[in-house]
Amino acid sequence: MKKILLAMFVLVSSVLFAQTPQVGGTLVFGRSGDSTSMDPSHATDGESFYAASAIYDNLVQFKYGSTQIEPALATSWDISEDGLTYTFNLRKGVYFSKTKFFKQKSEFTSKDVVFSLKRQFDKNHPYNKVGGAFKYWAAMDMSNIVKDVIAVDKHTVKITLKKKEAPFIANLAMEFSMILSADYAEALAKKGKQNDLGRKPVGTGPFVFKKWVKDDKIIYTANKNYWNGRPYLNKLIFKVITNNAVRAAELKAGSIHVMDFPNPAEVQTLDNNKGIKLVKQEGLNVGFLAFNQERKPFDNKLVRQAISHAINMQGIVDSVYEGLGKVATNPIPPTMWSYNKNLKGYEYSPEKAKELLKQAGLENGFETNIWAMPVARPYNPNGRKVAEAMQADLAKVGIKVKIVSYDWGTYLKKSSNGEHDMVLLGWTGDNGDPDNFLNVLLGKHAAMKKPSQNRAFWKNDEFTALIDQAKEITDVSKRTAMYEKAQAIFEEEAAWKPVAHSIVVVPMLKKVNGFKIDPVGKRRFKEVWISK
Amino acid sequence: MLSYIIKRLLWAIPTLLGVSLLVFSMVHMAPGDPALVMLGEHASKESVDALREQMGLNKPLIEQYFMFVTNAVQGDFGMSTTSGEPVLDEFMERFPATVELALFAMFFAVIAGLFAGIISAVKRYSIFDYAAMSTALAGVSMPVFWLGLMLIYFFSVELGWLPVSGRLGYEFDIDEVTGLFLIDSILMDDYEAFWDAFKHLILPAIALGTIPMAIIARMTRASMIEVLKEEYVRTAKAKGCTKTQVIMVHALKNALLPVLTVIGLMVGTLFAGAILTETTFSWPGIGKWLVNAVNQRDFPIIQSTTLIIASMFVIVNLIVDVLYAVVNPKIRLS
Repeated sequence: MKKILLAMFVLVSSVLFAQTPQVGGTLVFGRSGDSTSMDPSHATDGESFYAASAIYDNLVQFKYGSTQIEPALATSWDISEDGLTYTFNLRKGVYFSKTKFFKQKSEFTSKDVVFSLKRQFDKNHPYNKVGGAFKYWAAMDMSNIVKDVIAVDKHTVKITLKKKEAPFIANLAMEFSMILSADYAEALAKKGKQNDLGRKPVGTGPFVFKKWVKDDKIIYTANKNYWNGRPYLNKLIFKVITNNAVRAAELKAGSIHVMDFPNPAEVQTLDNNKGIKLVKQEGLNVGFLAFNQERKPFDNKLVRQAISHAINMQGIVDSVYEGLGKVATNPIPPTMWSYNKNLKGYEYSPEKAKELLKQAGLENGFETNIWAMPVARPYNPNGRKVAEAMQADLAKVGIKVKIVSYDWGTYLKKSSNGEHDMVLLGWTGDNGDPDNFLNVLLGKHAAMKKPSQNRAFWKNDEFTALIDQAKEITDVSKRTAMYEKAQAIFEEEAAWKPVAHSIVVVPMLKKVNGFKIDPVGKRRFKEVWISK
Repeated sequence: MLSYIIKRLLWAIPTLLGVSLLVFSMVHMAPGDPALVMLGEHASKESVDALREQMGLNKPLIEQYFMFVTNAVQGDFGMSTTSGEPVLDEFMERFPATVELALFAMFFAVIAGLFAGIISAVKRYSIFDYAAMSTALAGVSMPVFWLGLMLIYFFSVELGWLPVSGRLGYEFDIDEVTGLFLIDSILMDDYEAFWDAFKHLILPAIALGTIPMAIIARMTRASMIEVLKEEYVRTAKAKGCTKTQVIMVHALKNALLPVLTVIGLMVGTLFAGAILTETTFSWPGIGKWLVNAVNQRDFPIIQSTTLIIASMFVIVNLIVDVLYAVVNPKIRLS
C-alpha cells in the first residue's frame, strides 16, 4: 500500500512539475546560418529575423503560434472612418534594455516609432543611408502605402496612409517594422558609429543582446524587466552549425537543445532517439501548378478541371515530400485565418479527366509543357520529381508533357513574363494575411502587366472584386467570409492545381518545453523553458 | 639579389590582374541575378530594379570591373551586399579562425607526416611501413567532408571525447586580442578555455591536415630512402655514429630539402580544404563565410576574398622563391 501511495505521489508530482514552467537554465538553439545584420529593417533572411525577434518588439505582434494580431508595444489602435489614419496608443513604462555599450536609461516613446519607420522612407533622415537598402520595406511596397508617421504626443503615434490597406496592420507585425531606440541611434551618431546599430542591438524585447561572434554564436541574457513578464530562460544562445548532419549530431550529443531544418531523411532517426522529440506544424506556404490562361487550351475551364482530376497529388506528395508535406486544395494554407474548410479539391479520377477533355473537344489529348523549379524550396523540395510524376499521370489521359527548367533567376523572370504553359512554383506567407497570397498570386490587377506574380495570368472579375473589397475592410469576420467565397471561386475555376503545404519539423531535446512553431516562420523563445 | 626580388615582385602584378579578371568574369557570368536571388520570389520588378541600381549592377561590366580593381588597389573591397558591412572588416574578423586552424593542421601534418615517413624509410617493408603507407594512400583519396563527418560520428557522438563543432564551448567567454583562441585564452589566464579551444581544434585539424600529412609522409619516405643510399651516410656509419644520429642528423637534413618545397606549396591546399572543413565543423573562418557568400551571391565578398587569397598565394610563392635563391645561387643567375 505504501509503495502504491509513493508511486502515485511520484506520478502526481511529476505531472505537476511537468506543467509548471521552471525558471533558469541556458538554451542553445542550433541553426543553419548566421545573421547578416542585427538591424531587422535591412535584413531579408530568416536567420537575421530570428535573432532580431529575441531583442526587439513590434507595435503589434502575431500571437505566439498563430497568424492573429495582438497588441505589443501599442496597447490599442483606432482606424479612421476613411481607413487612412491609424492612431496607436503606446504602452507606458517600457524601457530599452541597458547593455555594456548603452548604459543610458531610455524610455520607449513615440519618437522611437517615428525613428524606426521614418528612416526607411524619408530620404533626408540621418539614418536613411546607414547600413544599406531597406529591402523589405521595398518588397512590401510600403512606400506606396505609407504617407507619414507622426508623433502626436509622448505615447501616441499617428500613421497616415496613401490608400486603404487592411493588411497594413499585419505588416507592422513583421520584422522590418520592429522598434529600435532613437536615443541609442542618437548616441551612436554622436560617436560617429552609426553602423553599430546593425551590430550591437538595443531593444525592448524579451532578451538582451550580450555578444555576437560572427559565424559562430549570438549570446543573449533574459530581460528581467520585460513588459510582458520575464522569459523563463536565463540565457539563450543561437549557435551556427551549417552542416545539417553535424547539427543533428550535436542534438544527439545533447550539446544543443533545439535544431532547425533537419534533413528529411534524418527526421526518422531523430524521432527514434529517446532523448529527442519532434514538434511539427504545417508551414504557412503553398506549392502549386499554375495554368497559363493566356495560352490555349488553358483558357478553357474544362481543360483545367480535367488536369486537376488527372493528377494523383497524394501519390506525389507521399513520394517527394517524404512525409513532410500535406496535399493542398486551397490557395492558402490551413494555418491561415479564413481558410475555407469546406473545399475538398479535385479527386484523382482519370475517367473524369478524360470525360472533361472530351467535352472540351480534346479527346485525343494535346502536347504541352510543365516548368520544373531547379531549386528546393520549403513548399516543394524537388520540382523535377514532382514534374516527372505529373508527366506520368497526364500521359495516362493522353496529355503529352515536356519538362522545362532554367536556373532559378531566369526561371522566375521568364515565368513572370508568361513564357510557360504550366509552371510549378509556390509562396511562403510573410505577414499572415490572406491578401498576401490571394491578391498577389491570383488577383486580376497583378495579371494585367508583366512581369507578374500571377503566374496563371488568371483574370477573374468576381474573384478580384471580392478580394479588393476585403482589402479595404478592417473587420476580420467580414473579411473572412469574403475570402472563403473567393476560395470557392478559385476551386470552381481551377486556376491552379494546388500541390502541397510543407510540414515544418523542429527536433529538440525532450526536456525543452513550451516551444511552438510560428506559422510566419519566427523562432521565439520567450515562453520556452527547460525541465531539470 | 635585390634586382631579382624586384623582378619577381613586378611579375606578381600581371598575375594578380589576371586573377582579378578571372574572378570577376566567373562571378558575373554565373547565372542568376543577385538582386533577384536576394529579394526572392516575392519581389516586384520595381524593387528588383531599384536594388540593382543601388548595387551598381546596371552599369556596364567593364565599368564594374574597372571600379572593382581601382578600389581594391586602394584597399577598398566594397561592402557586402547581404550585411552592408565593409568586406575587409568582415574578412579580418574571420581570418584569425582560419589561420589558427590552418597552422594547427599544418603542425599535425608535418609532425605526423615526418614521423611516419622517416620510420617507414628506415624500417622499409616492415608492418609499420605497409600500415603507414596504406593509411597515407587512404588519406590522400578521402574527401575532406566525409572524413570530417566520420571523425565527428566516431569521436564526438559515439565516444563523446571531443566536441562536435565550433571553436569554443558556449560557457566560455574570451576577449579577442590576436583572434587565435589558444593564445588569447593564455593571455587571459583562462586555462580551462585553452583546453576547450584545444579540444575543439583537434578533429578539424586532423580532417584538414590528413591530405598534407599523407603527401608529406610519402615524400619523406621516398627522399629518405634515396639519401640513405648516399656515400656520406655510409661514411657517417663507418665513423661510428649511432643509428639515430645518422638518421636524424646526417640523413634527415638532406632528405628534408624536397619535402620543404612541398610544405610551402601546401599552404594553398590548406586554404582550399578549409572551405570544406569549416563547413563541416561549423568553424567560423573565411571558408564557411565564402560558401555562404556564394549561396547568397554576395559578389563583393566572393570577388574580394578570392583576390585576397590569390594575393597571399602569390606572396607565399614569392617568399619561397626568394628563400630558394638565398640557398641556391644558381637560381638567381638563370
